[in-house]
Amino acid sequence: MTRNRKYLEDVGFSLVAILLSFLLVAVIMLILGYNPIEAYKALFEGAFGSSYSLSLTLSKSVPLIFVGLAVGFALQGGLFNIGGEGQIYIGGFVAAITGLLLSHTIPAFITLPVAVLSGMAGGFLWGGTIGLIKAKLNINEVIVAIMMNYIAQLMTSYFVNGPFIAAKSMTPQTEILPLNLQLPKIIPNTQLTTSLYIALIMCVLYGFVMKRTVFGFEVKAMGNNLHSAATGGIYVARNTVLIMALSGALAAMAGIFEVFGTYGRFIDGFSSGIGFTGIAIAFIGQSTPIGIILASLLFGSLQAGAMQMSMMAGISANINNVIQGLVIVFIATPNIIRFAFGKRRS
Amino acid sequence: MPAILMKQISKAFDRLKALDHVDFEVDAGEVHCLLGENGAGKSTLMNILYGLYHADAGEIYIHGKAVHIANPKIAQQYHIGMVHQHFMLIESMTVLQNIILGNEAGRFAIDYAENRSRIDELERLYHFDFDLDKPISVLSVGEKQRVEIFKALYRGADIVILDEPTAVLTPQEVDVLFRILDDMRKQGKTIIFITHKLHETMVLSDRVTVLRNGKIIGSLRTEEVTPKILATMMVGYAIDFDIVKSTFKPGKPVLELRQLKVLAASHATISLQVRQGEIYGIAGVDGNGQQELEGILAGTAKPLSGRIIFNGEDITAMPAAKRKAKGIALIPSDRLQNAILPGMPIIDNYLLGFQHNSMFSHFGILRFNVLKKHADNMVNQYSIKISALEQPISQLSGGNQQKIVFSREAGLNPLLLVAVQPVRGLDIGAIDAIHRQLLQLRDRGKAILLISTELSEIMEMSDTIGVLYKGELIAQRKAGEVTIEQLGLFMAGERPE
Amino acid sequence: MATMMFVVNMLTMTFRLAVPIALASIGVSISERAGIINLGIEGIMLLGALGGAVGSYVFSNAWMGILLALITGIAIGVLYAFFVLKFEANQSVIGIGLNIIASGLTVVIVKFIWKKEGISGIVTQMSTYSVPFLRNIPVIGAFFTDQSPFILLTLLIALACSYGMWRTKIGLRLQAIGENPLAAATAGIPVARYRTGAIVVGSSLAALGGAYLSIVHSNLFVSNMVAGRGFIAIAANILGGWNPMGSLLASLLFAFAQALRFQFSAVHFPDQISQIIPYVITLLVLVGVGRKTRAPAKLGVLE
Repeated sequence: MTRNRKYLEDVGFSLVAILLSFLLVAVIMLILGYNPIEAYKALFEGAFGSSYSLSLTLSKSVPLIFVGLAVGFALQGGLFNIGGEGQIYIGGFVAAITGLLLSHTIPAFITLPVAVLSGMAGGFLWGGTIGLIKAKLNINEVIVAIMMNYIAQLMTSYFVNGPFIAAKSMTPQTEILPLNLQLPKIIPNTQLTTSLYIALIMCVLYGFVMKRTVFGFEVKAMGNNLHSAATGGIYVARNTVLIMALSGALAAMAGIFEVFGTYGRFIDGFSSGIGFTGIAIAFIGQSTPIGIILASLLFGSLQAGAMQMSMMAGISANINNVIQGLVIVFIATPNIIRFAFGKRRS
Repeated sequence: MPAILMKQISKAFDRLKALDHVDFEVDAGEVHCLLGENGAGKSTLMNILYGLYHADAGEIYIHGKAVHIANPKIAQQYHIGMVHQHFMLIESMTVLQNIILGNEAGRFAIDYAENRSRIDELERLYHFDFDLDKPISVLSVGEKQRVEIFKALYRGADIVILDEPTAVLTPQEVDVLFRILDDMRKQGKTIIFITHKLHETMVLSDRVTVLRNGKIIGSLRTEEVTPKILATMMVGYAIDFDIVKSTFKPGKPVLELRQLKVLAASHATISLQVRQGEIYGIAGVDGNGQQELEGILAGTAKPLSGRIIFNGEDITAMPAAKRKAKGIALIPSDRLQNAILPGMPIIDNYLLGFQHNSMFSHFGILRFNVLKKHADNMVNQYSIKISALEQPISQLSGGNQQKIVFSREAGLNPLLLVAVQPVRGLDIGAIDAIHRQLLQLRDRGKAILLISTELSEIMEMSDTIGVLYKGELIAQRKAGEVTIEQLGLFMAGERPE
Repeated sequence: MATMMFVVNMLTMTFRLAVPIALASIGVSISERAGIINLGIEGIMLLGALGGAVGSYVFSNAWMGILLALITGIAIGVLYAFFVLKFEANQSVIGIGLNIIASGLTVVIVKFIWKKEGISGIVTQMSTYSVPFLRNIPVIGAFFTDQSPFILLTLLIALACSYGMWRTKIGLRLQAIGENPLAAATAGIPVARYRTGAIVVGSSLAALGGAYLSIVHSNLFVSNMVAGRGFIAIAANILGGWNPMGSLLASLLFAFAQALRFQFSAVHFPDQISQIIPYVITLLVLVGVGRKTRAPAKLGVLE
């Protein structure tokens, strides 16, 4: 099999996995007495029906691109970063607080990059810790990451419920960031900000690193065969920490730009699962930049259209999670797709 | 009536035909050698008989009765037992637990007392003496093999298949094994002995069947054949056993190991010197520190004490990446695990280990054009059959994969090549090619450290031979000044006077 | 006397909180001994919790809830075995997928039944029992007053699984499969069948643990009410050394950390911080024991 055919097969797998998931969810809807056609129609309209919904889809896709890149990068190195959720909270919170504290004394054009970088540093450390525990103790990174997710979410929740809660606010959230620290909107009166461009730039950068650099080669080598990589002079332990840390920084960007773009402040629990969606996105997108963008658009549209679907068809918007989870299950089971097409592998 | 009759057996893996209409017949009470090269289909055929694989076509008769062997349990019901090349033992469990596993006495809870008494009885019959409560992990290779044989007997096997049983043994342990097999023959057992060694076939068997490329070449009484005939049947053409070596002209020392301690369990150390133009062969039974030494030389593990000197420089603490840059090439013993990136293209496999070499990257950016040219060069020079450099390396045969590893390591002019089991699992053609290339490197003045458990390979290739036993280099001899029997004694731990 | 009451309170609360973690953790130890990783325990517990609530709601009988939860657990176990054994799915990834499905599907079903988002109506809760006479003993009488039969049940399950693992043929074979499946197969053990059994038992115990949360410990289903207990159960299994009894003991430790939380909230300690305690302890324990533990050699590897 040549590389191209392998690539086509991968794309085929992703499409089939998506299709199967939508079909299966349609069956679930039928069983529960909902009308899947109506639901999917409402979903589509909610995501693409107007320029507003379209921009909503795009804005929902942006954090997903960051997390998709984060998970995809780790996957290429043979690591599983399921800690995106925690890294999002840490990144968003550190950046928000840095921004708020510095905004009174330092000009915005310095404060903004400093805030973004400190948020990324937070994600870097939070993710790197998982990598460190994995590299030094060889403990399943999934359990560690999950614990760290809970800790990050509860910790930031504590801060915005107490010490950092906005004055006179009933909801747990920080003060709003000064307007000159918030990212400009691409389309006025929508949530779509220039963070979209940053996401696309990161995709290009990611593609370049993976394809053209020694580091990218080393990451892929580790993902392919850790032992050969070590024998081939790759610092496996150090890179394990570095990959998880960089992955954490990428995931943190999702949180940072939600805070500095979409919301303009840190709100308790704002992520609500973006970190987990990133896993589905990386798998569907086969960890390639184009794939991650397309998969992010798909899930962005699901999230954008979910409210409309929920209103029109009466089904819980959480049905999205079922689609997402099914996609992950099917992609993790390539043999079932081969089986469905009558192709058995040895 | 034959004890076993396998008729027109065919089996394919993917598109690869492993067995092609094979007829195989074994008489009751005989020792039958199944002879063939690596990949000839010997183990596949026997795994089908044992129910681990299922034939695509063909029939099996046991004592004249047509049978369908769906799994090992059924094979056991037909009194077939198998001792696999890679022992099927649970390392963390005791000898007792391993012997009874799957055949435990007791209704629900295990009745250990009952199991023990059954084992005792059988031990007396076959002159075995195990410490039943030892975990497998502390046993020697020979002991493990004896547990495996005993397991088969305990399960009531009348027909015992042994897959390359001597590969892991010292010559002395081989003698012990042959005595056990003799005992078994006297008790009326039928023995099928898979091997690629001609000598064993001649000594041991009543009859021999030769397999080549999944086809039966012939089945003969052992007394009617000579090793030469068998060899020709095995490879398909008359082969020249002798590799011609040019005279030994050693230069200055390249690698020096000073009191290197590789095993935690013993105080013994390794000290040796490898010079330019020298092949230093380290013989020894598997598990005596070869694997640890390999990791220490590769730079992925640290010695417990002692020093490694390369070209006068202490490199004991130098990481793998820097050693490559210094000119230390390595052919790891486990190709799939330690040498290649199976899912990645051939061209990427040429990069591994040299990604920081200024030829292939500047400031962390890869130079694909140079890499491609180099890989093309290597593939041509070493006549490696590939369809494109973009092809994943996993699609190649083991021999071609090993040639890629060899050309990668030897192709950038190293000063020292550490080759660990460089021909393991290859067919004769590939073995010959690798051996000739090793000699060429030697003649070009490179230092070569060859670590191998194949005594014949060590004898054939080395200029100097050291023997590794429990982490210690217990003997060192010039090639030609030591016999295979002497080496065998050293390998078993006997010290030279 | 007050301190005695405090200790007794902490202990009874620890036992109550330990039940769901222990049940799931015992299940994990069984399936991991057979070499199967299941990171979907969290999701299975969640579906079990919903199954329990639905059964209890429909039949107005908590035991019917337990039954439905068990059926749910068995069904998921069979499906999981099918994906993992027959189609050789990546075990870690598919478990994560299962968790995400469960977090969504449970809310969808809750909305379908109760027309509410993320929370069910009140369902019949399992009644508690008091042991006559023993309940009247001062101080320790508290252990025998208004307690759920699940505490005893969990202890019995742990004992039975422990006996099964270390004394019986089934246990020896399961261990062999996790250490070297090929060796087990050549010894004539039907590996796939044993693994399926281990997966189903593990899944059922997790579902049972989930149902405990919704219909024994409380009387309704709330979205994501498992709150990481599935993962804590996996950690407890590691700490316990892949051993049913060890799982039970480790679960008690984690439950104690959870019980602390309620003591803290009584003294106006910030709730989020006290909620963090069990997760931090889990993490610290993992890091502390990580190097010393030895997992089954072929965990997550089919052949």
